[in-house]
Amino acid sequence: MNKKLLSGPYLMWMIGFILIPLALIVFYGLTDKSGAFTLSNVLSISTEEHAKALWLSLGLSLLSTVLCLVLAYPLAMILRTRGMGQGSFIVFIFILPMWMNFLLRTLAWQTLLEKNGVINGILSALHLPNQGLINTPGAIILGMVYNFLPFMVLPIYNVLMKIDDNVVNAARDLGANSLQVLIRILLPLSIPGIVSGITMVFVPALTTFVISNILGGSKILLIGNVIEQEFTKGSNWNLGSGLSLVLMIFILISMALIAKYDKNGEGTVL
Amino acid sequence: MGQSLIDLRNISKSFDGTMVLDDLNLSVKENTFVTLLGPSGCGKTTTLRIIGGFESPSKGEVIFDGQNITNLPPNKRQLNTVFQKYALFTHMSIAENIAFGLKIKNKSKSYIQDKIKYALKLVNLDGFENRSVSSLSGGQQQRIAIARAIVNEPRVLLLDEPLGALDLKLRQDMQYELIRLKNELGITFIYVTHDQEEALTMSDTIVVMNQGYIQQMGSPENIYNEPENAFVADFIGESNIVPGIMLRDELVEIFGAKFACVDKGFGSNAPVDVVIRPEDIDLVAPENGSLEGVVTHLIFKGVHYEMEVTSPDGFEWLVHSTDLFPVGQKVGIHVDPFDIQIMNKPASEDEEAVGVNE
Repeated sequence: MNKKLLSGPYLMWMIGFILIPLALIVFYGLTDKSGAFTLSNVLSISTEEHAKALWLSLGLSLLSTVLCLVLAYPLAMILRTRGMGQGSFIVFIFILPMWMNFLLRTLAWQTLLEKNGVINGILSALHLPNQGLINTPGAIILGMVYNFLPFMVLPIYNVLMKIDDNVVNAARDLGANSLQVLIRILLPLSIPGIVSGITMVFVPALTTFVISNILGGSKILLIGNVIEQEFTKGSNWNLGSGLSLVLMIFILISMALIAKYDKNGEGTVL
Repeated sequence: MGQSLIDLRNISKSFDGTMVLDDLNLSVKENTFVTLLGPSGCGKTTTLRIIGGFESPSKGEVIFDGQNITNLPPNKRQLNTVFQKYALFTHMSIAENIAFGLKIKNKSKSYIQDKIKYALKLVNLDGFENRSVSSLSGGQQQRIAIARAIVNEPRVLLLDEPLGALDLKLRQDMQYELIRLKNELGITFIYVTHDQEEALTMSDTIVVMNQGYIQQMGSPENIYNEPENAFVADFIGESNIVPGIMLRDELVEIFGAKFACVDKGFGSNAPVDVVIRPEDIDLVAPENGSLEGVVTHLIFKGVHYEMEVTSPDGFEWLVHSTDLFPVGQKVGIHVDPFDIQIMNKPASEDEEAVGVNE
């Protein structure tokens, strides 16, 4: 009985801030302005503009996730081999930017990448041609990787730190060289960390509209931007909700795919 | 047999300026069970890790079968290790764990299958191929760790306190199991433990270590009956260590009483340490003993009574006997000459640490 009482606040939180909003989105997404049931909001994903935004979002967030993984794994490996003190200092350095406001960090990149920004300033001082850096898919990927890299490093670092040194020693003792130790022992044992890292990078990257707003100008529309505009400028909540539902379905599909590789069930929602 | 398989020559090792091993020399013969025994921090595990290749010595050489392997990485050494907490690969089945070393060496599938079967039979776990690591008890995991090591047919098996995490009964069973394995495989075992009983039960040779030095090396009987210094006497089994004066060959004076012994060559009137095992003290009528005392404590231990006998000088003798002498009774202490072990008195603590390895 007591235990049920204790869970009360959490239950109310979940109902008030998760279930009801979700139900509202489903309701808006499946109705038109007069309140009648319709699938047109959801199906409008197939219009050229929306489909293009969705595919671009999927592509960019996938690429960012892969880049984050490629950067984070070696870093986590280096951290593992360092002593505890040294390792946690490097982790601290990586987390430090997260203490600053997300918008500020992204705006800082805007200043760096602008046409008359810091990087182009340095290039012209060196008599090199200016580069069109801002408002490109590359700038958006840079913004995503920069902002989400810590979310990939930390879970991988955590699982790698939990692997007993003697497990690695045992593999070497049985004849494995460093590459074989990595492929046969460390990688398989760190899959739970990789899975939660992918989840924590891919999902926010797929739904972001801030990064593409600031670093992509208004030229590059991601699905997040489209949904945001329906809610703010277009005032068509029904269409925005419908597209959100589609995005949720894509996230659920990718989670399910990832969960297949995560036998231990750590890190994913499914 | 007879040939030394592993030679450690002048091995020194320090971590962050702290000396862990100092000029250690050790030679291990083929097909023997050698135990490195000592309290924690004595350097026994470091010695094993140097042999395994997981640490490199600051100074000195590791010779394996005539070859200098000091700088050879562990994966190139013809020996395998069983680690303290098993270190099994939790993401693999039991069969995959055992097959790991063989797959790395690109052995054929049928060879690997045969080997897995053979190894599981050897450690009495037939049919465990497809079990997961987490479904096994500690003792079973330890057997798998041993199976995983021996399928590679190492010439030496290194064991780092492999029974440390097991309960007493299981530990005793595994001791017999290990002796059987060693005899069946006919390979060299180098075993690290802090448990003197484990060492006495299994070893052909015991190497007693303390503070980075070898204190004494010899057969279990030799170590137990003829400890060379107070550390060894104290660490191996229970003992009474008392100061004495060697009056002449075969006669020692303890607390003013004269005891006949069998030791020679200490000079005359030389101060020595005398070791007498509790089970070697015979309690007799006061007039028949060399030294008088009063029983001050009595505990029933099952196999024997454990008594404390205080002699007039205040020393409390630990005595194990199947005969009961009640508290307060006056008794005589008698010791047979060959049950008295005489040791040189160390001049200083440093010398005590260096022991026989100076």
